[in-house]
Amino acid sequence: MLHELTLSALTANLAAGKVSAREAMQACLDRIDAVDDRVNAFISLDRDDALGQADAADAALAKGDTHADKPLLGVPISLKDLFCAKGQPVNCSSRILGDFRSPYDGTVVRKLRDAGAVLFGRVNMDEFAMGSSTENSAFGHSHNPWDLERVPGGSSGGSAAAVAAQECFASIGTDTGGSLRQPAALCGCVGLKPTYGRVSRYGVVAFASSLDQVGPMARDVRDSAVLLGAIAGQDPLDSTSVPVEVSDYTAVLGGDLKGVKLGLPTEYLTDGIDPEVRAAFDAAVKQCEVLGAEIHEVNMPHTEYGVATYYIVATAEASANLARFDGIRYGERVEGDDPFSLYCKTRGRGFGEEVKRRIILGTYVLSSGYYDAYYLRAQKVRTLIKRDFEQAFETVDVLITPTMPIPAFKAGEKTDDPLQMYLSDIFTISCNLAGTCGISLPCGFTSEPKLPIGLQLLGKPFGESKLLQIAHAYEQATPWHNERAAL
Amino acid sequence: MAENDFDIRYAANLARIALSPEEEAKFGIQLGDILGYVKKLEELDVDGIEPMAHAVPLANVLRVDEVRPSLPRETALANAPKQANGLFIVPKIVE
Repeated sequence: MLHELTLSALTANLAAGKVSAREAMQACLDRIDAVDDRVNAFISLDRDDALGQADAADAALAKGDTHADKPLLGVPISLKDLFCAKGQPVNCSSRILGDFRSPYDGTVVRKLRDAGAVLFGRVNMDEFAMGSSTENSAFGHSHNPWDLERVPGGSSGGSAAAVAAQECFASIGTDTGGSLRQPAALCGCVGLKPTYGRVSRYGVVAFASSLDQVGPMARDVRDSAVLLGAIAGQDPLDSTSVPVEVSDYTAVLGGDLKGVKLGLPTEYLTDGIDPEVRAAFDAAVKQCEVLGAEIHEVNMPHTEYGVATYYIVATAEASANLARFDGIRYGERVEGDDPFSLYCKTRGRGFGEEVKRRIILGTYVLSSGYYDAYYLRAQKVRTLIKRDFEQAFETVDVLITPTMPIPAFKAGEKTDDPLQMYLSDIFTISCNLAGTCGISLPCGFTSEPKLPIGLQLLGKPFGESKLLQIAHAYEQATPWHNERAAL
Repeated sequence: MAENDFDIRYAANLARIALSPEEEAKFGIQLGDILGYVKKLEELDVDGIEPMAHAVPLANVLRVDEVRPSLPRETALANAPKQANGLFIVPKIVE
């Protein structure tokens, strides 16, 4: 079936004239009609616009445009609900943006269009990317295609659910503390968080500006490499994007792991990891050894402080970033007698629970009398966490860990206890604090019910090629990426 | 492990977020627990450690100061909840 293809298989078929972009787009729309009432990955869909873009891609193919120049020509790709695409709504899965429509294309959207992609649909997320289960959405929960009673992870849960349910060939999301890797692990996708500064964030609604990074959600490692190549690069409109050349990330794929040094952080392998997750992880490490990798134990002594550091830094930054949602220039407004009451009422009604909690926490840790005790201390511990990575990377190329200590949990299981929800991010969070790159790919399944398990690889800053090369070698030696959720 | 002196009303007011009495009670307890958890950072000696604001080796990124195209006024105002005469309308601030 057309909708089951990888992105790379689809482009091969498009190039050979075996399928048209319109057929590929229509296959996604048909699939959405068949399954999305159960998955609820999509918030909205502009069908006419999507088919119009597909027709334009077919016209470009007919006049001789190739995938060498436009690597995503004719490929339907969905966007997490925080990317600005001209004329389209953006809600960040929140009420507060009301009927906002983007006045411009953000850089990633522009780059995807330049690469020929058919951008369609906004997929669900935790409100303002705050959450690990896509349960914090004003547009309803999304469901895990492997078991509809379970969460797809978050915050890019709609992206992972849509890719796993084969409603699109790939999706673009963001990762602030694991928001691409964690849902990828729970839904059996490949989620890549590029190095901080690798991808422009112009036109992406900000959560925590020193941590946020844009990345692809895909079916396999090759697709991830193609997508990263399309979106990466310095951008004059984002002064935090870094002037490092973008290499051909697909060029390094293939081959074994001879001479590759993988680091096993002992602090990650403590109690609290589900036995089936641990067994799949241990088997994955063995598989990498079989492929020629050397395994070295490394110490990351500040790992246990990652979650506490993250929830101070991220909420502090969020409290500043989300100050712009005040009911004055865009979005919903609740009238008040004076500006102060207008702000308080608008924000009280417009934001959901988790967003309110985090803004209030972030405001508190930055407030007079508490700044040094919380925020400044967290910034210093962040330095220690980054040093852990720097020291580990002196002896190894890439770190190998489980992505999540547990498989997908049931909806409602953790919603009453935010702290327990936060602690489930323990393996993904440090990567964002250190600003390095990471990827999650499937490494097996639990037995009953059958749920995907994720393997995480963490690389050096701007070491995406190495990360993708290792991930690809492991993936190609194992059957997991060929499994599809039965819906 | 809760942070005893956490005042939810004070913090919510600083954040300009109106809370219902139910939210005040619930968030007060939850945020107290979270602040209790983050006290874990006090276990570490951070004397002499430089604070880290972000991960990139860039500072003071500048560009040439030149006039470039920007959003037309109508477009910038298109999403406003209230507008008139090319301006955002807000409640009266001074008498």
